[in-house]
Amino acid sequence: MSGAEGAAGAGRAGRGWNFFRSVPHARALNLEMVEAGDGIGVLKIPYADALIGNPVTRVIHGGVITSLIDSACGMAIFTALPRMEPIATLDLRIDYMKPAVPGQDLYARSECYKLTRRIAFCRATAYQDDIDDPVATSVAAFMRHSSRAPAGGDNRKGKA
Amino acid sequence: MSDPAELGQILRTARETGDFEPVMGMVPYAALLGVRMQLEQTGEPLFHLPPREENIGNTMLPALHGGVIGGLLEHSAILHLMWTRESLAMPKTIDFNIDYLRSGKLQDTWCRCRVTRQGSRIAHVQVDCWQQDPARPIAVARAHFLLS
Repeated sequence: MSGAEGAAGAGRAGRGWNFFRSVPHARALNLEMVEAGDGIGVLKIPYADALIGNPVTRVIHGGVITSLIDSACGMAIFTALPRMEPIATLDLRIDYMKPAVPGQDLYARSECYKLTRRIAFCRATAYQDDIDDPVATSVAAFMRHSSRAPAGGDNRKGKA
Repeated sequence: MSDPAELGQILRTARETGDFEPVMGMVPYAALLGVRMQLEQTGEPLFHLPPREENIGNTMLPALHGGVIGGLLEHSAILHLMWTRESLAMPKTIDFNIDYLRSGKLQDTWCRCRVTRQGSRIAHVQVDCWQQDPARPIAVARAHFLLS
């Protein structure tokens, strides 16, 4: 990524990230941005005991992966849009390949692979140390211009 | 908790006493969201998520985070299966499909599950989630679980 296009992509990623930081549930999960630009979003959730879904195996809950993937898709879409606008998840499918290893951080990489006038289509992979050995894979569709309510700072609009 | 029997014991105690507080606390992530469980008059589990600031995904609407709704539905399906099967083991999610139908307001949120099919190894569960009116769901989900 270089030149004007790269700078524009970075600006959009920054807007998306400013928005995510303002989201209470993203803070509750300690969501961090790893990388964003050109329709790609990579986010991370550090392992925490509060996220455990199975108290016996200490594996984190599928709901955490759902939040991570949903947010990574939102990030990917924000970097693909010409300007910030409210988006809302229409549907999300997650396939669980293997349990996340307890104690290790979790990442999700999402790609917004198609943007139409009304809909954004994404796929995502959740992984720990190797994206080619994923914890989960996902596909999702989002509605564009989902509400009139602004959601980011500066009266910019964000994700519902 | 290192012993799977402990989970079963918590569910058994809740069954006997009608006190579901320990069920809520046995899974840290469910406690983080604030998921609660009770029984309907039919004896079927009913799950409840009271409004909570930390579950907001959009501060301007405000609306619940899509991941919170997904987590609530997945957790409800898991607990529903454990409750109805009287099983010690936690089912593992194979796949999870969620359709978001309306934005989730910062209000009491409810969900109810139906086991569509249960085999010896795989179960299929459907979940309905609503706020004020069960006839106007905010989300529906279906999922496959691996039973062991």
